[in-house]
Amino acid sequence: MKILTTNYISCAVKACKSTSLSFPLHFQDAVLVQEEVDFKPEFITNILPRIEWEALKITAVELGFTTLPAQKPEATEEAPLDPQVLKDLHTLLLETQVTEGKLVCANCKHVYNIHQGIANFLLPNHLALPLIMITNF
Amino acid sequence: MSRPEDTLPPDLFYNDVESHKYTTSSRIQSIQSSMTQRALQLLALNSPSMILDIGCGSGLSGEHLTSSGHIWVGMDISASMLAIALDRDAEGDLLLADMGQGVPFRPGTFDAAISISAIQWLCNADSSDVSASGRLSRFFDGLYSSLKRGGKAVLQFYPKNETQRTMITSAAIRSGFGAGLLEDDPDTKNKKLYLVLTVGAGRDEVVGDAVAGRDVTEVVKGLEGVDVIDERRKGGKSGKGKELKGSKSWILRKKEQNRNKGKSVKADSKYTGRKRRVAF
Repeated sequence: MKILTTNYISCAVKACKSTSLSFPLHFQDAVLVQEEVDFKPEFITNILPRIEWEALKITAVELGFTTLPAQKPEATEEAPLDPQVLKDLHTLLLETQVTEGKLVCANCKHVYNIHQGIANFLLPNHLALPLIMITNF
Repeated sequence: MSRPEDTLPPDLFYNDVESHKYTTSSRIQSIQSSMTQRALQLLALNSPSMILDIGCGSGLSGEHLTSSGHIWVGMDISASMLAIALDRDAEGDLLLADMGQGVPFRPGTFDAAISISAIQWLCNADSSDVSASGRLSRFFDGLYSSLKRGGKAVLQFYPKNETQRTMITSAAIRSGFGAGLLEDDPDTKNKKLYLVLTVGAGRDEVVGDAVAGRDVTEVVKGLEGVDVIDERRKGGKSGKGKELKGSKSWILRKKEQNRNKGKSVKADSKYTGRKRRVAF
């Protein structure tokens, strides 16, 4: 699972949707691999505005990367982003992948297991459905 | 041929044997790839984008996304299918998840979403505590929020009947999407149905260098061989233009009817059906 994807995923439990604690999910016992992916600067510039930088910083620290700049690099009309910055982001977001480990929601403490790079987001029905439907019986 | 949707829930139906059969069948491969190409054409993405593949299965559709230069995240409920995707070295990230439980992503993340032959499974509720309509609305609500404004989704599906087709499209509209259906090869055995959804319809938004279209008719405008059948109600005229009894058109129609029956009818003139002046 790419680091980029973890910046997109939030807890699937219905009750967690309303709290800000459910994002980002926190890594535990993560096993990392580097896998070569074609470098496309346009892709990085395209998705950069939609990356939650604060969440990415938390994830990066949990995985042991401390070289991330404190502020999100922003492209302006006069100064497009430095290719090296894009390349670094590419390495972190797309080429760094988690193959084994756990993702934990800070709100409900639900553990999503990652096995061979696939995270298991299947929930038992009582967690996926809104509370009202269950108490209606 | 019986529909797999009628036999077993998807996570049980696509076991190791079925998943292997599905992925290695050259017929399915060619159909899937042509449908994915069609969906990409409908999405009309002009820069490398982040795409969500719903019901990615063994990554047959994902291959095309990768070769078009996009990065994708796939979700599927069948572990066997995902295992095959791993064997086939699918480039995208895979997620074992049930789309009927929602789409577990932060709002406004994906540029586009694609789904090939999957969402008809939503119409089946496999246990007593879930309903088809609940699954559909959770899925479309989740999809709507996870797409960015101006994003698009193209979902190819096989509805069992007219009821399922309306059920799916109306659920999408209820979640806020601008929706339209594209039918390839209509009235043949090979007909393919694409549900084209837009987020943030209603006004043009400049996204990158592309202008997101107002609705689906704009999406298909540039495509060849597409007839637009606009079934939306036009504003203004109410009651489907039904003519009033006693109106001029009603009188003319009745006269024509009687003329056809061979009765003697006065000739039409400029005075026919004209209002009399008010006496006072």
